[in-house]
Amino acid sequence: MREFIFPAKSRKGWLYKAILALLALLFSNFSQAQGKWDPLARDGLHDSQNPGFVELQEPGSALAKLPADHVGNQVNWVEALESGTVQPRPSIRGAQSKTLDQDILLSRHGGLPMVLFSHKKHGEWLDCSNCHDGLFKEKTGTSGLSMFRMLNGEQCGVCHGSVSFPLTECRRCHNVQRPAPEALTTPVRPAAVVGKKP
Amino acid sequence: MKLVLSFFCAFMLVLAVAPVSAEYADVVMNKRAEKEGVRPVIFPHWFHRIRFQCRVCHAEIGFKMKAGTNDFTMNEVIDGKFCGACHNNDIAWGPDRCELCHSGKPGLAAGVMRGHQTSGPGRY
Repeated sequence: MREFIFPAKSRKGWLYKAILALLALLFSNFSQAQGKWDPLARDGLHDSQNPGFVELQEPGSALAKLPADHVGNQVNWVEALESGTVQPRPSIRGAQSKTLDQDILLSRHGGLPMVLFSHKKHGEWLDCSNCHDGLFKEKTGTSGLSMFRMLNGEQCGVCHGSVSFPLTECRRCHNVQRPAPEALTTPVRPAAVVGKKP
Repeated sequence: MKLVLSFFCAFMLVLAVAPVSAEYADVVMNKRAEKEGVRPVIFPHWFHRIRFQCRVCHAEIGFKMKAGTNDFTMNEVIDGKFCGACHNNDIAWGPDRCELCHSGKPGLAAGVMRGHQTSGPGRY
């Protein structure tokens, strides 16, 4: 092994060293990717030849100070808002906004844990009209929620997957354990009990 | 052997310095910009949501959520609609600062960047 890593006597020694150096560079790049934001000059979008380029704010200079996440902008935006780390204005015209503080338990018949939808967490960013009555009907249970449609960019998928945390984060919504299925107590019984009266 | 290793080195070098991606939810607007002779607009969601709640743009000002469905011109922005509701030299820089918004590379396709990092086709 040592001979492979440090083949000092080999004429190809420099080559191995170069490979090791490049591997080190590569892995340092990967480790930096966690919690680090790409500069605008390398984001593939901004034109650094643009005279206004130097005036633009770099994502890292703003986002590094906010509560961390591992997806999206690498910012937990809900936590940022709740903790007061960011204080985005609710209106530019002085309108009063109201937030409904009500949770709804969804996905009651599927296989994954249930979804506890928080009106409060959503309403602190959004207006009621953003969802009602367009994406979702107001009456609980009438919207025909479907993971397939969400993955198509409808319903929750309008925001989750384009601007809020993506749909690959299953357990952030499906976070309420189901009670033990009734089927385990009735009607299926251990084989030994079948045919006997209790 | 030497050739293979050289190719391997070149490949690793490409990986190590590969260009990286846009910020999540950056929007490129280029329906008209380049045809009119200016750079495409890069709209950073992250920059705006630090300063304003979603409801300001998507309810008060009236931006629809689906990318590509807000069909407006620079004249409307100057008249105080859409971006011009804030970009009016009062709340934020005015429409005379072309280069701060029209800041994209030529040839960019319009759309939401890095959205729908799921297996779904993603229509929004």
